[in-house]
Amino acid sequence: MRILATLRTALRALRRNKMRTVLTMLGMIIGVGAVIASVSITSGAKQQVEQQIAALGENMLLIFPGSFSSSGARLGWGNWHSLQLEDALAIQTQLQGVIAVSPENRTRTQIIAGNQNWNTSVQGESPEYLQIRQWPLTEGEMFDAQQVRTAAKVCVIGQTDVKELFPNEDPLGKMIRIRDVPCQIIGVLQAKGLSPMGQDQDDIVLVPYTTELKRINREDWLDTILVQAVSQAAMPIVQQEITSLLIQRHHLKPDGPRDFLVRSQEDIAEAATATARVMSVLLAGIAAVSLVVGGIGIMNIMLVSVTERTREIGIRMAVGARGGDILVQFLIEAVTLSIIGGGIGIASGMGASRLVGSLTHWPTLTPVVWVVIASLSSAIIGVISGFYPAWKASKLDPIEALRYE
Amino acid sequence: MNPVIKLEDIRKTYHTGEVDVHAVQGISLQILPGEFVAIMGASGSGKSTLMNLIGCLDRPTSGRFDLDGIDISTLDRNALADIRNRKIGFVFQGFNLLSRTSALENVEMPMLYSHQHIPAQEQRRRALDALELVGLAQRADHYPNQLSGGQQQRVAIARALVNQPALLLADEPTGNLDSQTSIEIMGVFQKLNDQGITIIMVTHELDIARYTKRTVVLRDGRVVTDEAVQNRLRAETELHNLREAQQAIKLTS
Repeated sequence: MRILATLRTALRALRRNKMRTVLTMLGMIIGVGAVIASVSITSGAKQQVEQQIAALGENMLLIFPGSFSSSGARLGWGNWHSLQLEDALAIQTQLQGVIAVSPENRTRTQIIAGNQNWNTSVQGESPEYLQIRQWPLTEGEMFDAQQVRTAAKVCVIGQTDVKELFPNEDPLGKMIRIRDVPCQIIGVLQAKGLSPMGQDQDDIVLVPYTTELKRINREDWLDTILVQAVSQAAMPIVQQEITSLLIQRHHLKPDGPRDFLVRSQEDIAEAATATARVMSVLLAGIAAVSLVVGGIGIMNIMLVSVTERTREIGIRMAVGARGGDILVQFLIEAVTLSIIGGGIGIASGMGASRLVGSLTHWPTLTPVVWVVIASLSSAIIGVISGFYPAWKASKLDPIEALRYE
Repeated sequence: MNPVIKLEDIRKTYHTGEVDVHAVQGISLQILPGEFVAIMGASGSGKSTLMNLIGCLDRPTSGRFDLDGIDISTLDRNALADIRNRKIGFVFQGFNLLSRTSALENVEMPMLYSHQHIPAQEQRRRALDALELVGLAQRADHYPNQLSGGQQQRVAIARALVNQPALLLADEPTGNLDSQTSIEIMGVFQKLNDQGITIIMVTHELDIARYTKRTVVLRDGRVVTDEAVQNRLRAETELHNLREAQQAIKLTS
């Protein structure tokens, strides 16, 4: 009922002492501003990494061959030819939650087109590879199951190869030679950019895995098996099932050492965003400290203000203000200080992060949830730091307060 | 007629340290509507304590106090604040206006704490009416530091009147004013009293008390004299005399 009038009184009191009001707010402005600015910068970086990881594929699991002990010397992951084509086919046919599998064997080799040559990554894959990696073609088409069966001499090439080998012409239908195997280009991949690790993902030539295994690389093991699970929710189960199946197929002890490794996209994402998460925790700490400091500033000024205005409080009480009215008046003053300070802080934090972002070309992003958190905590800090001074004011004896000089 | 103030054997004792101070020791007093009473006494006579009790700023240790028919002695802090708001208008020695707040806003202030909501326009209208009553309507937008002492006290009187209280309570209202302004302020009080407003005024100046209708003299916390004012002064007459005297000085000099 009297809130509006009390709010007006509070605002007038704040206007009266402009310099003091601004200095008091400065604590909140700097605190909230620093938080918003750093959150915006880390969120932008985190979002970029997450986008890159999402671009790896959809609901994707990767199976790598395992480590191997040779005469006591233990070799690292990936050095043992423990993954066979049959493993990939078994995963495809026996596991429920799996919708696509691509047995991958890759090699870096020289490819030649006309009088141009280029060293690139040649990968044997299944036709489902594009679906797993969410990778559309710009023209032509992917090889099909029939071409896999016949180990057809066809390939799909990435944008980097197009640029290097066919700078001024349409590559579709042209022939390239991969280790003396002439292959016809039947499709061109869309540009995908850099991987989270900074590799050029467009520097790639895809061939049917049979062509790779029988004609080009002449190996009988796989470097990776790509698996797509039916849904995000199914991924842990599928991961478990693959592990069990491979333990069984490789005749391993269930608890013993394994000769393969199953990694989900989440595992990779988690590793890549771990730094960002540490940063976030650190920021939350800084935020808490700076907001507490801002709150102490407000409480300090409110205490001074109550003492300074003891007589005003006495007058108000004499004409009929209740203790509660005085409490609300000073509380509103404190909350107004902190909310306006917080608001300016949010705005300047966003401004500062955009400025840093445009100077450094970092992506920045201010999550709405953080704006809400910052506003709420400003208000809460106002209430907390304003309550004691306001309570003190409301408990004044009107006779004493009127006599105060 | 029901009395505005009815005190029955009011006592107030302060417990300060080892000695109890009996500031008011059994005062019984009735003040009827339309009265204009001066409460007088030397410092330490208990007049300030009595003032605070009548003003509902403090509660008596014992005794019964009815204000406008309401028993005050049992009310709590908040109820007392509401009584002050509705029933009492305060005028202080030091004016006690809010600085950097216009005269109009000062007068509006008690209405902020009214029990029922008063729309802003109505507040403004009532405040202007009150300022009109004390002859300061044209200074409504002035700030206290732009007004003379007498004008400030008029604003304070307007503020005291704005909630149409049953009682106007003035504590040494002329204490900070020169003699001519003092008479002017007494003129305002007399005019208001003529309109039926009950006024209680604490003062230690005898000549100021002579503008009222009744004087109550306290000593050691008790009423020693309570009588009607003989040879009551009228502010207009006194002001007229004063002006003539001033002119006479100018004529002779």
